[in-house]
Amino acid sequence: MAQKKQAKQVIEDLGKDIVSQIKAMKNPSIIVPIRALSNINYNEKSKTLELGDKTGNRMFFNVAHTKRFLQTVEVASASLNLINENKNASLRDVFYQVKRTIPGTHTNIVDDQTESDAAIEDLELITGQSREELHINANKNGSVAGNVVIEDRGDTIDWSKLGSGGWSIPSNVELITFKKVTAKYILYMEKAAVWERLHEDKFWDKQNCIIISSQGQTTRGIRRLLQRLYEEFNLPIYVLTDLDSWGHYIYSVIKFGSINLAHISGKMAIPSVRYLGIHTKDIEKYGLEKHLIKFKETDIARLKQISEYDWFKNNKAWQQEFAALKKLGAKAEIQALSSRGISFISEKYLPEKIKNKDFLE
Amino acid sequence: MPEKEVKQVTAEELAKSQREISVSEFFVKNKHLLGFDNPRKALLTTIKEAVDNSLDACDESRILPDITVEVSPISENRFKIIVEDNGPGIVKEQIPRIFAKLLYGSKFHKLRQSRGQQGIGISAAVMYSQLTTGKPAKITSKTGKNKPAHYYELHLDTQKNEPEIIVDREIAWEKEHGIKIELELEAKYQKGQQSIDEYLKQTAIVNPHLNLSYKNPEGEKLEFPRAVNKHPVEPKQIKPHPYGIELGILIKMLKESTARNLSSFLQNEFSRVSSSVAKELCEKSHLDPGARPERIAREEADSLYKAIKETKIMAPPTDCLSPITEDAIEKGLKKEVNAEFYTSITRSPKVYRGYPFQVEVGLAYGGSLTNDEPVRLLRFANRVPLQYEQAGCAVTKSVIQTSWKNYNLSQSKGALPIGPAVIMVHIVSVWVPFTSESKEAIANYPEIIQEIKLGLQECGRKLGIYIRKNVRAKEQKERAGLFEKYIPELSSSLSNISGEKKEVIQNNLMQKLKKELPSILAQDGTEKTS
Repeated sequence: MAQKKQAKQVIEDLGKDIVSQIKAMKNPSIIVPIRALSNINYNEKSKTLELGDKTGNRMFFNVAHTKRFLQTVEVASASLNLINENKNASLRDVFYQVKRTIPGTHTNIVDDQTESDAAIEDLELITGQSREELHINANKNGSVAGNVVIEDRGDTIDWSKLGSGGWSIPSNVELITFKKVTAKYILYMEKAAVWERLHEDKFWDKQNCIIISSQGQTTRGIRRLLQRLYEEFNLPIYVLTDLDSWGHYIYSVIKFGSINLAHISGKMAIPSVRYLGIHTKDIEKYGLEKHLIKFKETDIARLKQISEYDWFKNNKAWQQEFAALKKLGAKAEIQALSSRGISFISEKYLPEKIKNKDFLE
Repeated sequence: MPEKEVKQVTAEELAKSQREISVSEFFVKNKHLLGFDNPRKALLTTIKEAVDNSLDACDESRILPDITVEVSPISENRFKIIVEDNGPGIVKEQIPRIFAKLLYGSKFHKLRQSRGQQGIGISAAVMYSQLTTGKPAKITSKTGKNKPAHYYELHLDTQKNEPEIIVDREIAWEKEHGIKIELELEAKYQKGQQSIDEYLKQTAIVNPHLNLSYKNPEGEKLEFPRAVNKHPVEPKQIKPHPYGIELGILIKMLKESTARNLSSFLQNEFSRVSSSVAKELCEKSHLDPGARPERIAREEADSLYKAIKETKIMAPPTDCLSPITEDAIEKGLKKEVNAEFYTSITRSPKVYRGYPFQVEVGLAYGGSLTNDEPVRLLRFANRVPLQYEQAGCAVTKSVIQTSWKNYNLSQSKGALPIGPAVIMVHIVSVWVPFTSESKEAIANYPEIIQEIKLGLQECGRKLGIYIRKNVRAKEQKERAGLFEKYIPELSSSLSNISGEKKEVIQNNLMQKLKKELPSILAQDGTEKTS
């Protein structure tokens, strides 16, 4: 309850501060920490990304800032309403609350959800409150299965007894408690389709592990779930993605934190995460040469970008992997393994990799 | 052997089928040369010839022209045309030949800026009318207040190229002086860029001293009121400059000259030939300055012609031209083109091949002109609109070669610029070099193209300044409007999170905006880092 009051207070203080600037006939402005690579520091000691102290001054009376200024105040107002009504809303809900055409113009306050999402992330930084504290949740996304029993809002849920779909991970996992965890490690994968394959093959039962997936980028709920399982039960975490720069960035976000959300790296990053595959050397080892997708311009550009990040720059193993990928000039999907048989991944590829400790760190 | 059997045709036998081809017959077969290629163009050419003649006559007599044009349909492809002016009229004896004899006129022999040049025009229209309908031309003329008005009905004898008088009588006409022409012809009326409506509109632009009323075949009455109450400067007649003369003409001039000797022939018949230049010409061509001009032989004329090309002769006088002038161009544009910005330039006279010429450019921009299409290009020569053969004209070439991007109009390579603009180019000369007899396009003389381009650039620079200034002002206004629209939105959400009244916030913000708009708009867009 104390937490709720705090978020309410901070938003109201923000409003009062802006109003007092307006009354003093100043150009109303909000100090916003900058969320860009230029303001991201890699902390060698904690091995996580941290937000630097560069800030921007967002002003209402400035042609270039005025819309973002308005968006920021709009989402603040929407969040305050949620707190006062003691309700939670999704990012999508907030988008629709804020979205409208400004009378007398053809301009919308927000044109698509990426704009309101960005304004909410800004608000988190401005207020120092997390999204959940602002009563805003992401859509739930991702599935989990394994030998784990939890309690959520008074319900007891066994992750091994949830049929074909598994447990879908909510955006806020702070309030669940783990009752029983017998699994020995966690396998996180980029593709839901791969998760379904492993689930059907009862991979988690045979290997006594937990399998988790999302669709594409890893949501905050999943990252927080991974971190809690790691911190509370010391389970090793392995990441399985496509062989490409986007796959590598998924690993990077889980391990070090993301550039966009560097301010909450402490709550999210898991420095001990390991990258299981797909590796460049797997291509030859498992005969995937015929199932590659040739690089495009953007693939080459993204690879260069990632290889220059501070947190990869001095990592010899990863630099070798990046060089090998560049030389390969092509990417490979996890599903390429299906060319060797539908259950090749669960029966041969993964057990072999884990047994041989064939991973990158 | 077979050769013997071939029957040779003797010259005498050939002569039986050889006869003089009448000028009229020649033109019947070459209608296109005169602008009568098709019924649509025939209608335009007929009106054009009549109106151009009226304007020339009025200008020569220092009368501010009042012209009425009426085109009425008789059947689907037959029209009656009436053109009436308040000009000086034509003396009785001349009327039949002026209207019903080809190549009869006063302008062909003069080197003077005028609309018509060859004296073919109006009689060709009469002939076309006669060929297509069989109807005579009806002419009324009156030369003064107390003089009688003469009414003629005329045919043109196409064999002899002579007028054939059907009716000749005196009638009562309330007008003090003027000419009325009535013709019936096969034609087609169509609106658009090459229509008579457009021709008359453009004529009104370049003749702002003209008061014109026009009734079109649909019965609409269009008025083009006078915008300038001043006569154009009277163009002066000049003698030909030696550089502009052709060998054939030179021989003809020698034959017809009444000068006593070659030296005085050269000095009297040409401009800029002094006694010393005459002497130099005679020396270079090895001719006796005292020789009688009509005795100069062909070969001798040829060497005189060559000598002219090799001798440095002062450029001809250029005060013989009568441009519209900048102020009148803008007035003409303003009354017929609805735009927001007008500019014009009258260049100083220049010379090509011994002929003085002058370029004028006018430009109208914005207003109700269409935005995403190529600019409208209006071409004029001696105050006459050129409506055909735009692609082959030196004016078009010059506009295309000018880099309009410098003046804030978009333009693809090799094309007219795009934008809400009308560009008019007027060329004035004692002898406008047309590409063909139908006088629709100006020939590509480098001197002329150069001058047109300089004129376009001058107007373009002024246009560029206007657009840049205006666009900036418009953008600023839009941005100021943006803040005004945002303020109520911001005020209500701020009111929600701060507890302050919406009105208080809104009023303060509005005040601030009003007070500091210029400095607000001057800010840069970076979120300054600290």
